[in-house]
Amino acid sequence: MESLAGLIAQTPLTADDQKKANAAIGAGFAYGLAAIGPGIGIGYVVGKAIEAMARQPEAAGMVRTTMFLGIAFTEALALIGFVVFILLGL
Amino acid sequence: MLALEFPPINEVIRWQDLFTSFNKIAMIACAASLIGIVIYLIAARRDPMVAPTGVRNLAETGVEFIEDQIVMQTMGKEGLGWTPFLLSIFIFVYLCNVPGIIPIIYMPATGRMAIPLFLAVIVWLTYNTVGFKHNGISYLTGMLWPRNVPVAMRPLVGLIEFLSNILLRPFSLAVRLFANMLAGHMLLVTFCLLTNALFFAETKQLILRPMSVLPFAMLLFLTAFEVLVGFLQAYIFTILTGVYIGLAAHPEH
Repeated sequence: MESLAGLIAQTPLTADDQKKANAAIGAGFAYGLAAIGPGIGIGYVVGKAIEAMARQPEAAGMVRTTMFLGIAFTEALALIGFVVFILLGL
Repeated sequence: MLALEFPPINEVIRWQDLFTSFNKIAMIACAASLIGIVIYLIAARRDPMVAPTGVRNLAETGVEFIEDQIVMQTMGKEGLGWTPFLLSIFIFVYLCNVPGIIPIIYMPATGRMAIPLFLAVIVWLTYNTVGFKHNGISYLTGMLWPRNVPVAMRPLVGLIEFLSNILLRPFSLAVRLFANMLAGHMLLVTFCLLTNALFFAETKQLILRPMSVLPFAMLLFLTAFEVLVGFLQAYIFTILTGVYIGLAAHPEH
């Protein structure tokens, strides 16, 4: 209950606080949006790789190497989002 | 009410300098290179005709892993001369990643931008040198004006190729390693803080204290996950180095 009271009896935000809050919101959105595409992409890469390995188990080694490469390239976008999140939010 | 203060990023990834401009990160990096050198020196001193034991087994596993999984997959037979270079990169990056989960130290040295960036610059210099050595000036012209695309597309493809070769590759190489290790470190910090805050919460609701088991379980899981990530990132860094060197030597495929 005390937390609710704290929310209601809030002191008005200063300009500095407002700036910080906006940065935090922006950072959250930056990371969340940056994670969508690579999430779908990595799922697709790994799914197709597993399909290929199941169809042709003797090619599994080659497929695995290429899969890691594909994951690494896809993941880079999410990681750039994470770096932006660190730069903005913390 | 639970008070959960996340420490500022500088507190999470920084320590006081041990001496002037020599901090724990530098110490971990020095230790990593020393450990790698010592392992391989000891392994090299054993008699090669005797069946390998102990340290030599470990060292040979490393060499075989690099040869089979990285060099043969990316450069083929003529790339076997690159094994020592790739092996030293792999061992160094791996030993820099591992302290992220070792208690007391708990910091991946690659979680700061300096080491990944420096490694990426070394790799960048290496593959560009290899490209010029193997192809002469046609390394640059073939990159800017690619022969095997339609003429109308050449400026665009050339620009993309040039940017990707010169700027994006070293950047993404460095950022990938750095951000992965930093993200793992931040996750560990977050769950440590949650466990701590729940366990020592000054609250009348006693249910909160046993609930600290939940973030602790997640912490254990993430530690195990970080073991995998540390290895995987070293592997990816090395294999991308191999791919870039192979592409620079033979740009046609």
